[in-house]
Amino acid sequence: MQDAIEERKLHPAMVEGDHDFGTVSDRIGDLTLKKRTPFFWFVGFAIAFLVAQLLMVTILYLVTKGIGIWGTNQPVGWAFPIINFVWWIGIGHAGTLISAILLLLNQKWRTSINRFAEAMTLFAVACAGLYPVFHTGRPWLAYWLFPYPNTMGIWPQFRSPLMWDVFAVSTYATVSLLFWYVGLIPDLATLRDRAKNPIFKKLYAIFSWGWRGSARHWHRYELAYLILAGISTPLVLSVHSVVSLDFSVSQIPGWHATFFPPYFVAGAIYAGFAMVLLLAIPLRHLYNMKDFVTKTHLILMGKVMLATGLIVGYSYIMEAFFGWYSGSQYEWFMIKNRIWEGPYWAFYWMLMFCNVISPQFLWFKRFRESEFWLFIISIIVSIGMWLERFVIIVTSIQRDFLPSSWAMYSPTIWDWTMFIGTLGFFFCLFFLFVRFLPIISIFEVRTLLPQANVHGRPQDFDENVLEVEYTYDRTDPPNS
Amino acid sequence: MLAQASVLGMFDPDRSKEVVNRGNPKTWQAFSTELRARIEDDRASGGAGIRFLTETITSPTLIDQFNSLKAELPNAKLVQYEPINSDNAMNGARAAFGSAAQPIYKFDKADRILSLDNDFLSGFNVAYTNDFAKGRHFSEEKKEINRLYCVETTITITGAKADHRLAVKPSQMAEAAKAIAKAVGVAGVNSTYTDNAAWIAAMAKDLQSAKGRSLVVVGDNQPPVVHALAHLMNAALGNVGQTVVYVEPFAPNSERSQLDQYRELIADIDAGKVKMLVIIDGNPMYNTPSDLRLDAARMEKIPFRAHLGLYSDETAEYCHWHVPSKHFLESWGDARAYDGTAGIVQPLISPIYDGHSAYELVQLFFKENFDKKDLDIVKAYWQKTGITPAAASKVAPAAVPTEPTVNAGEKTRATADPAEKASPAPEAKASPAPAAAPTGGTAFEDNWRKAVHDGFIPNTAATAKAVTASAGFLSQPTPAPNGSGDLEIAIRPDPSIYDGRFANNGWLQELPNPLNKVTWTNVGLISPKTAEKLGINQTRDVREQAGASEGTTFFNTKGGNLFSDQVRITYQGAEVAEPVAMWISPGQPDDTITLHMGYGRTRAGNVGSNIGYNVFNVRRSDALDAGFGSLKALGTTEEVSSTQTHFNMEGRDLLRSWDVNHLEEEIKAGHQHNEIDKSMFPYEEHQATYAKNHKWAMTVDLNSCVGCNACVIACQSENNIPVVGKEQVGRHRMMHWMRIDAYYGGEDLNNPDGPHFQPVLCQQCEQAPCEVVCPVHATAHSAEGLNDMTYNRCVGTRYCSNNCPYKVRRFNFMLYQDWDTPQYKLMRNPEVTIRSRGVMEKCNYCTQRIAAARIASEKDGRAIRDGEVMTACQSVCPTNAITFGDMHDSNSAVAKTKQDHRNYNLLNELNTQPRTTYLAGLKNFNTEMPDYKAPAFPAKEASTKEEKTGGEAH
Repeated sequence: MQDAIEERKLHPAMVEGDHDFGTVSDRIGDLTLKKRTPFFWFVGFAIAFLVAQLLMVTILYLVTKGIGIWGTNQPVGWAFPIINFVWWIGIGHAGTLISAILLLLNQKWRTSINRFAEAMTLFAVACAGLYPVFHTGRPWLAYWLFPYPNTMGIWPQFRSPLMWDVFAVSTYATVSLLFWYVGLIPDLATLRDRAKNPIFKKLYAIFSWGWRGSARHWHRYELAYLILAGISTPLVLSVHSVVSLDFSVSQIPGWHATFFPPYFVAGAIYAGFAMVLLLAIPLRHLYNMKDFVTKTHLILMGKVMLATGLIVGYSYIMEAFFGWYSGSQYEWFMIKNRIWEGPYWAFYWMLMFCNVISPQFLWFKRFRESEFWLFIISIIVSIGMWLERFVIIVTSIQRDFLPSSWAMYSPTIWDWTMFIGTLGFFFCLFFLFVRFLPIISIFEVRTLLPQANVHGRPQDFDENVLEVEYTYDRTDPPNS
Repeated sequence: MLAQASVLGMFDPDRSKEVVNRGNPKTWQAFSTELRARIEDDRASGGAGIRFLTETITSPTLIDQFNSLKAELPNAKLVQYEPINSDNAMNGARAAFGSAAQPIYKFDKADRILSLDNDFLSGFNVAYTNDFAKGRHFSEEKKEINRLYCVETTITITGAKADHRLAVKPSQMAEAAKAIAKAVGVAGVNSTYTDNAAWIAAMAKDLQSAKGRSLVVVGDNQPPVVHALAHLMNAALGNVGQTVVYVEPFAPNSERSQLDQYRELIADIDAGKVKMLVIIDGNPMYNTPSDLRLDAARMEKIPFRAHLGLYSDETAEYCHWHVPSKHFLESWGDARAYDGTAGIVQPLISPIYDGHSAYELVQLFFKENFDKKDLDIVKAYWQKTGITPAAASKVAPAAVPTEPTVNAGEKTRATADPAEKASPAPEAKASPAPAAAPTGGTAFEDNWRKAVHDGFIPNTAATAKAVTASAGFLSQPTPAPNGSGDLEIAIRPDPSIYDGRFANNGWLQELPNPLNKVTWTNVGLISPKTAEKLGINQTRDVREQAGASEGTTFFNTKGGNLFSDQVRITYQGAEVAEPVAMWISPGQPDDTITLHMGYGRTRAGNVGSNIGYNVFNVRRSDALDAGFGSLKALGTTEEVSSTQTHFNMEGRDLLRSWDVNHLEEEIKAGHQHNEIDKSMFPYEEHQATYAKNHKWAMTVDLNSCVGCNACVIACQSENNIPVVGKEQVGRHRMMHWMRIDAYYGGEDLNNPDGPHFQPVLCQQCEQAPCEVVCPVHATAHSAEGLNDMTYNRCVGTRYCSNNCPYKVRRFNFMLYQDWDTPQYKLMRNPEVTIRSRGVMEKCNYCTQRIAAARIASEKDGRAIRDGEVMTACQSVCPTNAITFGDMHDSNSAVAKTKQDHRNYNLLNELNTQPRTTYLAGLKNFNTEMPDYKAPAFPAKEASTKEEKTGGEAH
C-alpha cells in the first residue's frame, strides 16, 4: 500500500476513473461513432465557418486589389501578415514538442494530449502558411521561391532567409502531418472496426491502411514513430530559429540580434502551450474527457508555460540590455523608442504584462490548479505573444536609420479580417477534427492503464514490450 | 520644376478637347464666324466694347499683334492681370526712379546677398538659382563662397538656405527694410524698427565691406516702398551696373499696374461698357481679388464672352465660348527669358486636341489674314523684326545640344528645355549654322532655323536702362496696412501648384512642399510659439519637429499620417469658407499665419478639384499679400498627407552642414573610417569585377543643393513614376524614387537651424543589404556596380525594402499605374518599363540613359565619355549639385568630387559602400552676427582615437 502511494506521487494519475482497455476505446471512439453530434458542435462549427468566410473574402479582395488594402507601408514593409505568420507558427510548436520531444524524453503525460496538440499544430501551420504566400505583392508567383527546374534558368537565392523559411516551414508541415497521421493509424483501425455507418467504415478502412494490430505492425509502427519523432525533434528548434533569422539576418536595429533563435523558440513553445491549454480545458469539459485529460496534465502544462515564460522574460531583459550595451546609437534609440519614447510604448508594456507578469501567477498552486485561471492566463499569454511579434516587427522598422523615412503603422479593417479569418479557419478545422477523428490517442491512453504494465512499471513499458516482440517476431537467427 | 511637370500638363486627360459654345461642342470655324460678326458690330466704335483679359504677356509676337490691332480697333483694350504679378516691383521702381524699370540680378557676381522676402531659389527662376549656385560653389580651387542673408516672413527654401535668417512680420517688413537701408548708408532714412539692431548692424557692415559685390533683392509680395528702398540700397552699395542692372519692363502697358488695369475693366463692366470679353489663359473667376471678383453677375452683363484656356475651368463655365488652348509644348510661339532674351517656342508634338493658340485667337480680330496659324504669325513677326545672327563668341554659352558636355549652359535658359528632353524633338537636329549669315533671301530662313534650333534669338537681351534712384519717395507716407485682428496673415503662392493653374497636375500635387513635405493640400502655417498660445496642434510630439500630430490611432483605417487642427480664418473681415488645416512651421514669425494660394478649385479637373482652402475668396485688392485677421479653432482635425513626418535628425551623422569658418576642424571631425576589412564578403573580388567595367557613381553636393524639388519631378517624368494620391501618401506609400529629406539642425524650433536638405536616391551600395535578402534574385548587382531591379522577377516580399537602411525602395502596393488612359501612354518614357502591381522599384541611375550612351559609344567604337551619361535628376539640377560618372576614370568629374574633403558616405558604419556619396553642406556664417554659434568639436575626435588604437579602453 505504501508502495502504491509512493508510486502515485512519482507518477501522478494520467488516467482517472475506473478504466480498462474497452472503456477507453468506448469513451473516445464513441465520440465520433455513436454519440449524437452535440448541439454546441453545430453552433461552434457554424460560427467558425462563418468567420472563416472572412478569410475567403479577404483573400479574394486581396488578390483582386493588391496588398495595398492592408496598412503595410513603406518603412513597415512587413506588418500584420508576418506578425500573424510568426504567431501561428509559434502556436504550432507545442504540438511537435509534445509529440516528439516529450516522446523521446519518455514523458508519459503527453499521450493524452498529443493527438489534438498535433492537430492544432497542423492547423496552425496551415493558417501560418497562408500569410507568406498572400503577403507577397504577386502571390500567383510565390512558387518562384521553390527551387524547381524552370525555363528561366534561375534558382531562388539561397542566401535569403525567406528561402530558408520556405524549406523550414514546408518540411515542418510535412513532417508534422506524417507524424500525426502515423500516430492516427491504429486508432483509425479501431474506428474502422467499430463503425456502423458503411461509408465511414470504408473511409476509416482506407486511411488505416489495413492495420490489424499484429505484432509486426506494432513493431513497424513503433519504429516509424520513433524515427519521425527523431526527425521532428530538431524541427521544433529549427523552424522557429529559421523564422527568427528572417529578422536577425537583416540589419534593422531591433531585428538584427543574435539571440533571436532561442528567444523565438522559447516564445513559440510558450505560445503553443497556451493554445493547447485553451483547447484542452473546454474539450475535457464538453466531451467529458476529464478522465483522460486530468488536472495533472493541466498542471504540467502550466509549469511548462511558466518555464518558457521565464526564458521569454529573460530575453526581453537581454534585448533591452544589449540595446544599451551595444553602444550603437541606432540600437539604443530603438530600445528607447520601443519602451518609452516611441508612439507604441503602450504595446510594449501590454506585452510585459501579458508575457512576463501574468505567468508569474503560475508559481502558486492555487492558480496552477485552477482551470479558470489557467484558461485566463493562456488567453493573456496568447495575446502577449501576438504583441511580442508586433513589438519586434513594427516598432523596429517603424523608426530605423533615417528619420526622414519614419512612419506610423496602423492596420486596416482587412488586416483584421485576415487575422480573424484565420482564427475562424483554424477552429473550423479543429471542429471537423473533433467530430471525425479520435481527439485523444486511444491506444496510447490504453498503455497508461495499469493493465498495460504487466511487465512492471509504466516507464519500462516501451523497452520491455518492444524487446519481447522484437525477438519473438524475428525470422532470422539473432547472431547471423 | 514646373517645366518638368508640364509634360504631364500637356498629356492631362482632363484638358478641354473641343470648342464649346454654351455647353455644346462646336468648331473653331463656327467660333471665328460668330466672333468676327461681333467684331464687325463693334467696329464702328473702334472696338470700344472689346476687352482682352490676359495674363502678363512677354511674347514679342503677341505684343506686336496687340499693337497692330490698335490701328484697326483703336478703342479695344488689353487688360493684363494675374494674381502673382510684379505690380509692387514696378510701383517701387516708379517711386525710386520715376519710371518703371525691371531689375535683372547677377547673383553669380554677388558675394553678399540680402534677400528681403525674395524666394529666388524656389525654382521659378532657374537662371537665378544657377547663378547663385555658381557663387555658392565650393571646391579646393574656389574656397570663397557667397553669403546669403534672408529677411522674410514665411520660411522659404531661400530662407532655409540662408546663412543668416531673420523672421519678420509682414507689417514690419517696410520698417525693417528702412532700418537696414539706414545701416547700409542710405541717406535720409528713418525707421521705427528697433528689434534685432545688432543683427542688422553686423549684416550691414558685411554688405558694406563688399561694395559692388553685394546685392539686395526684394520679393514681389513686398510693398513698393521696400522695392524702392532696395534700389536705394543697391545704389548706396555700388551694386548698380555690377550685380544689378535695370531694363525696360517686357510686358506692355507697364506704365500702369495690373491691378489698376483690372480695376478699370471691372468698372467698365459694371458700367455696361463691355460688349465683348476675350479671356486668354487666365482664370479670373477664380483668382481675381475678392472685392473685384469677375463673378457670375458681372459676367452676365457682358453680351459676348470667350475664353481660351487649357481647361474648361471656373471661368470657362461662364463664357459663351470656350476654346481649348494649345499647350506650349504643342504650339509655336515666342517668349522672353528673365534677361529679355527672346526665344522661339517650338512644338514637340502636333496638338493632341483641337487646340488653338493665343496668336491665332488674336489674329481673328484682324480684317485681313485672320486665319493664320501660329507658326506663320510668329515667323512673320520675326521676319519683320529681323534676326541678327549671333557672333560666334556669343553662341558659346548657350550651347549646341548635340554636344553632351555643355548641358550646364542649357539650363540658363528659362524656357522649357527639360521637356524637350522628355520627348524627342520632331525636327531633325540642324547642323551647326555657319558663323556668318549668308546674304540674300535665304538669310532670314537660315537665321530662323538657327534660332529655332538654339532655342533663343541672339542679341535680344534687354539693354540696360539708365536710372537714378532718388530718396524722394521717403517723404511720402507709407500706406499702413489696415485691417483688424490679432494675427497677421500673409498670402503666398503655393510652392508646387503656384497660383492654382497647375492644380490638376498630379505630379505637382504629390510633390512634397519643399519645407514641410505636405502633399495634396495647402495648410496654414503658424509659428511654434503662437501655436502653443492658441492651442493649435498641441497633441503633436515636439521631438518629431513636424508641424502636426502624428496621431496614435491604431485603428485608423483611412490613411493620413499627420493630423492637423482645423481652424476658421478671418482675413480682412472675410472668412475663408473652407476650414484651414494648421501646420506648425518653425521659422514663421510669431502671431503670423501664412496661407497658400492655388487650392479650393471647383473646376480644376479630376485631380485638383475640391481640395484645400481657397484663399482667393478673401484676398482683397487692398491686401493682396498681407493683412490682418483672426483664427478660431474648430475643434476638428484633418488628415494631412506628408511624405516626411520626422524632421529631427536625432543627433545622427546623416546630413552634414559645416561651418566654413571652421573647415579644418570639420574635415578632421568628419573623417570616415573605411570599414571594408570588416566585411564577410571578399571586397577585392567585387573590385576586380568592377575594375573591368564602368564604375558608375554619383555625388550630391549638399552645399549646392537648395531643395527645389526639380530633380524629384524630373525623375518622376523620366522613370514613369506613378502618382498614388493623397490617401496612399498618407499611408506612406509615395513612389518617388528620389526624395529630398529635410532636417532641422537643432532642438530649438523657435530659432530653427534650417531645415537642411538632402536628396536621397538609391545609394547603389556595393555591399547592398537589399540584394542578399531577396529570395528570388529580383535585385542583383550589375557588373558596373548598379543595384539592378528585375521587375519581372519580383514577387513582392518587400524584404529588400525592410533591409534597406536608406529606405529608398518603393513598392507598388496597388496598381498605381494607369494602364488605360491613352494620353498617358503617349506621355511615358518608352525606354522605361511601366511597373505593375506588387513589384518593388527604385532608382537605377537612369540605367536607360547609360544603355543609350553605351550603344552610341559602341557605334562609334569609343569609350563612353565623361559627362555623356546624365541622369535625369542631374540634368535638371539648377545648381549642378549632382555629379555622375565613371569612378574609374580618374579625370572624370565624379572621381574628382569624390576626392573632396567634404565627401562622405551616408550611414558609413553599416559598411554598405554606397556609390552615391554626399559632399557636406557649408554655411558661410558671419562670425560677427549675434546669432552665430561656433560649432563644438569635442567627443567625436576622442572616439575616433579610441577606435584607432584598437579598443584598448576595454
